[in-house]
Order: sequence, then structure tokens, then C-alpha cells
Amino acid sequence: MRFSEIKNHLSKFRVGIAGAGGLGSNCAMALARSGIGTLVIADFDVVETANLNRQYYFTGQVGMMKTDALKKNISQVNPETNVVVYYEKLDPSNIPLIFSGCDVIVEAFDTDEMKEMIIETVQKDMKGTPLVIGSGLAGWGKSEKLRCRIIDDILYLCGDESTTANDELPPMAPRVAIVANMQANTVVEILMKNTQ
Amino acid sequence: MKFVLNNREEEITKVQLSISELLDYKKLTFRMRVVKINGVLVSKNEYDTTLINEGDNVQIIYLMSGG
Repeated sequence: MRFSEIKNHLSKFRVGIAGAGGLGSNCAMALARSGIGTLVIADFDVVETANLNRQYYFTGQVGMMKTDALKKNISQVNPETNVVVYYEKLDPSNIPLIFSGCDVIVEAFDTDEMKEMIIETVQKDMKGTPLVIGSGLAGWGKSEKLRCRIIDDILYLCGDESTTANDELPPMAPRVAIVANMQANTVVEILMKNTQ
Repeated sequence: MKFVLNNREEEITKVQLSISELLDYKKLTFRMRVVKINGVLVSKNEYDTTLINEGDNVQIIYLMSGG
């Protein structure tokens, strides 16, 4: 299949991105480049200098809302992708509303509790919507430990499931971007099903 | 009975096993996790009462901070 046909197919879909940090910003950029029609991005935070070690932002964007900065960056690589932003901290009550109508949701939070919360919320209130989570990406090296696990037809996991980010094992651009792009790759795979 | 745990077949002598018993038996102590049986998420307060039966597909997913 030619890229023009792939892009045309992917332009019909709406993908939710829960969080616009290291996973969310890198995943959103890859999905926009692939031609996803609409990205719904939710985050409540502003870009900080410390984020630039792994997140898809620029020095001139420090202080901006991450959602606004990401929307701007996406428009510079693929202006055809429609970006809808929400400046909200996600919780079980607003997730089903914000991501209503999304064909796939990408979990891109930084804490384990939030990852657990969105798995429970999507399972309970958004039955049937595929969710792609990122879990285990801290540090450097060990590329061979990073993988995508198909849990079932609605839950996918990218990462090593063993490294927790902390001061001594920080999240860094290479592994975070690998996992973010694995998530984007999984989204494309889900949306390209039944086209071949 | 036989069941599948994270895509690997397991065989035990008991005919049924609760999730709590499975976690003890496999020494799975890391607490930030979710458990699905045959695609259905099991909440933490049901680990003692939810039973794994012959042929079940059990998935344990570990959640690690960082993003």
C-alpha cells in the first residue's frame, strides 16, 4: 500500500492522547506525521526547561501550555491533522467525555496510579475502545527489553514493565521516544487492520 | 488444571485458584499491577474471591512510573 493511501485511510480516525509529556508529545508527533485525522490531547501542565531532555518542545516554548505548544508543533509537520486540546487534569469523570468518539486512546501519564486509573476507567465506561499504555521506560540502554505486548484486543502495553523512573534512573529521550513511537506504531497497526 | 499466565501455560495440582493464591504461589509481590482474566479486569478487592479455572487466560500487567 502506498503512503498516500495509508494517510488517506488514517485521516478518517480520531485518537486520544492522555498526557502531553514525554510519551504524549512524541507519540502525537509520530501520529500526526502518519496522517491521523484528529488528535484529542489533554494535559494541564506548562512546558518547563527540565522537560526538554525528552519531550517534543523547544526552548522558546518554555512557559506555554503543553497542549498549545504541541498543537503548534504538529501544525508545522502536518497541518492537515486536526488537533483538539483540553487543559484539564484527567480523572474517571472527564475521561469518557473528553475522549468520546476516539477510535483508540494512548495513555501517556507519568505516574503508575494514573496509568491504573485510566485502564480502570476505559474498561468500565468506554467498553471496546482500545487503550495503548506505556509502562517501563526509565534510564538508558537495554533496548532489547522494550516491547509491545498485546494483552487482548482492547489493551496493549509498550515498555519493559520493570524500570520505574526516579532521581537516579530518570526518563531520557532515547528510551522514552522508543516507547512513545511503539505506542504510535501500535495505534497505526490497530487502525490499519482489515485494510490489507 | 492448566491455565495461561501472560501467554505461558501453567499447570497446578489444584482445580481452582484465587488471584491472591496465584500471586502468593508465583511470589508476585510488586503491587502496582492490574489483573485481567479472559479480557475482564478484576478489581483489587476481588482478588480473594475471583477464581481462576481450567483454560482461563490470565494477564498480569505491571505499571511503572515514567512518561
